[in-house]
Amino acid sequence: MLTFSRWKQITILAVCLLGLIIVLPSLFPKETVDKWPAWFPRKQLSLGLDLRGGAHLLLAMEVNDVRKDWLDTLRDDARRRLREAKVGVSAVGISNNAVQVRIAKVEDSAAALKALKEMSQQIGNPLFGTTGQDVEVTSSDPSSFAITPSEQGLQQRVINALSAAIETVRRRVDAMGTTEPTIIREGASRILVQVPGLQDTVQLKELIGKTARLSFHEVHPSLSAADAKASRVPPGYKIYQGENKTEADLVLRETPVVRGDELTSANPAFDSRTNEPIIDFGFNNAGARKFGKFTQDHVGQPFAIILDDKIISAPVIREPILGGRGQISGSFTPESSNQLAIQLRSGALPAKLTIIEERTVGPSLGNDSIEAGKVAGIVGGIAVIAMTVFAYGTFGIFAVVGLIVHGLLTVAIMSLLGAALTLPGIAGFVLTIAMAVDANVLIYERIREELRAGKSAIAAIDAGFTRAFITIADSQLTTLACALVMFWLGAGPIRGFAVTLTVGICTSIFAAVTVVRLLIYYWLNSMKRAKGPLTLPV
Amino acid sequence: MMFIPNFKGYDFFPHNLRLPFMRYKGLALGASFIGMALSLALFFTLGLNYGVDFKGGSMLEVQSTKGPADIGELREKLGKLGIGGVQIQSFGTPTDVLIRIEQQEGGEPAQQVALKKVLDALGTNYQQRRFETVGAAVSSELRWTGFYAVVAGLVAIMAYVWFRFDWQFALGAVVSLMHDVLLTVGVFSLFQLEFDLSIVAALLTILGYSVNDTVVVSDRIRENLRKYKRMELNELLDLSINETLSRTILTGCTAVAVLLALYIFGGEVIRNFNFAMLFGIVVGTYSSIFIGAPLLGYLGVKREWGGGGSSKPATAAAERAKQRAGMVYK
Repeated sequence: MLTFSRWKQITILAVCLLGLIIVLPSLFPKETVDKWPAWFPRKQLSLGLDLRGGAHLLLAMEVNDVRKDWLDTLRDDARRRLREAKVGVSAVGISNNAVQVRIAKVEDSAAALKALKEMSQQIGNPLFGTTGQDVEVTSSDPSSFAITPSEQGLQQRVINALSAAIETVRRRVDAMGTTEPTIIREGASRILVQVPGLQDTVQLKELIGKTARLSFHEVHPSLSAADAKASRVPPGYKIYQGENKTEADLVLRETPVVRGDELTSANPAFDSRTNEPIIDFGFNNAGARKFGKFTQDHVGQPFAIILDDKIISAPVIREPILGGRGQISGSFTPESSNQLAIQLRSGALPAKLTIIEERTVGPSLGNDSIEAGKVAGIVGGIAVIAMTVFAYGTFGIFAVVGLIVHGLLTVAIMSLLGAALTLPGIAGFVLTIAMAVDANVLIYERIREELRAGKSAIAAIDAGFTRAFITIADSQLTTLACALVMFWLGAGPIRGFAVTLTVGICTSIFAAVTVVRLLIYYWLNSMKRAKGPLTLPV
Repeated sequence: MMFIPNFKGYDFFPHNLRLPFMRYKGLALGASFIGMALSLALFFTLGLNYGVDFKGGSMLEVQSTKGPADIGELREKLGKLGIGGVQIQSFGTPTDVLIRIEQQEGGEPAQQVALKKVLDALGTNYQQRRFETVGAAVSSELRWTGFYAVVAGLVAIMAYVWFRFDWQFALGAVVSLMHDVLLTVGVFSLFQLEFDLSIVAALLTILGYSVNDTVVVSDRIRENLRKYKRMELNELLDLSINETLSRTILTGCTAVAVLLALYIFGGEVIRNFNFAMLFGIVVGTYSSIFIGAPLLGYLGVKREWGGGGSSKPATAAAERAKQRAGMVYK
């Protein structure tokens, strides 16, 4: 029968009130909300970038970069270990995605294998039985060995590189002074960067588009790049290209003297004599020591500063640089020196990041969309209210109250979940409004049907709710099943849609059925008190 | 409740109306299948006008800061940049322009270079409103997730309806949903409207609405199957559709009213999206009446559903019709 116990009434009303309180902050501008007392909820419904304006970038990490880098490290490591094991080496190189080692004397074979085997480390989780070796050391004949990274090892490296890259990207984006950027990992080798409010993405793209790997190298004392190309590059050396036309190609020792990760500071400055933009930098203790020793030993010779595999300058060492401080001059503009300083301070990216998806919405468009949405919402809302009240009279008003509760609760749950409202999300919301209206239409049509069949008013209401509820539950649950699948499978906009749809379905059952039923219960009670003949205004 | 006036609503619907839907079930089904076949044919011949989400490339929406935009001038300027095909069209208002740059050879870095060229060529007379670039890998991924989402939605619906009703109902629901999706895709192909991720969201909304509609009718059919255990099936289907017709029309009108408001006032960005929804909901309402139930008429349904109800003897004519149709009820 149509009754509500006291606690049930209180619960329903409390839920509605709670919804209203949670929604309140979203109805006012942020500045107003900030002035509210601290105990009052302030969490606002967050808007998606498509409504709010901002930049969305999806970056992909070059897995091959990570592999190449790892192979370089493995090669240096192999050399060092063999030297420590006092094994003479005739050649160490990289080919076929593996480090190839050839030793000088066959007698050392066992010692070499032992030393190289130590490089292989166990990775993975023993609990899940996913353990494996990160590299495999094989030997085709007693004097040659191959160190091959395993697929699992590479995956591990990519994941580590991705975490490191996220930190670096975060520092670079923060340096731009933007508010609340979102930087998260997506999938196995991607990073999602979202910066609300940012419109001009040129600077952002330049900042995160460079790996900014800096290193200081020794220049081959006698061999020029042209000579090396003509004859052959001595082992341990490599030809580097100069950036722009101003720097010549040089033959450099492959292993750097100091790397950029030993920098502690990097600031844009101007050369006091030429007034050219430069970068002031400082090394940490270890870096300062290494750099000091190197410059002491090589006074009068040039050294090269490499950025992302290109020579940006190759100054001659006039005197030992012992304080760990120095300057980089190149063909900088004030902007580019500032940018490079940010990149150097935030550290190098472990691998190159490519922009594979970019979406930017200017604030003017976002505002227009919100304004258009408001107008459409008001017009649509009035149409729905008018039609419902016209079709169902007083009960139609109850249905409208139910709809308002539905809207309130949907927004409340969305802001509690921290889910952002997007344009497709609004579509999902519109669908749930249609479904909430439909629930009431089903109930009221059913009541009318029961009345036509000759039932009394109370019996008709009762049967209307009971019978219609089966239909409502079936139709809403089917849609819910669909929404859950979409959430699970879908990407981006589809997911935003699925979230609002799921939330909206849950609230519409409560609002359109329970709340409306309670209102009708109150109405019946007031009719009983009035003691008139009971005719349903439906 | 004293402050709320008591007044009756206007019951516009002639409830004694009995439209003979089932008489035309062959015609309705035939027309629907032809519509589906035509849509498929359009999809495979004309194809879809994919947006950057699915095709890759860049899209740029700019607004002229100095009066109406001169499309011809822009076309000439950007055509000379040597970055392949550049599509330029006005977008909603005379000041807004939509520029599409095709996917450049040489991958994402080349795309960025091309974009910079366009921005430089536009100069300061245009304000950037929206910009989207999607790389080749991402666009093909998005195509697949969009496709999977629609198919998975269909499967989820089929599973639920099968579980709650019976396989004939599930089949009917899925065929009518496929009808709605295919026809919407067909219209997008016919008019070469831009098909992007938001249209996939619209398709999913249509699925949601249409299944709601179909389930309401199915629910009434199931109820009537319990109530009139011996009524001839086509008669019963007709009765069920007619009984729910007032609801179908009212709900449909409300949904259309909201969507029409969105279509007219909702802005240019979501115009195609709203069009898809409007079209889909009209088609969805049609399909739940003219596909779901007629299919049941052909497939037959089991008659022993639990629950009470009077077992009215069927008319002799209905009995004969049943035998003619060759349907066996246990």
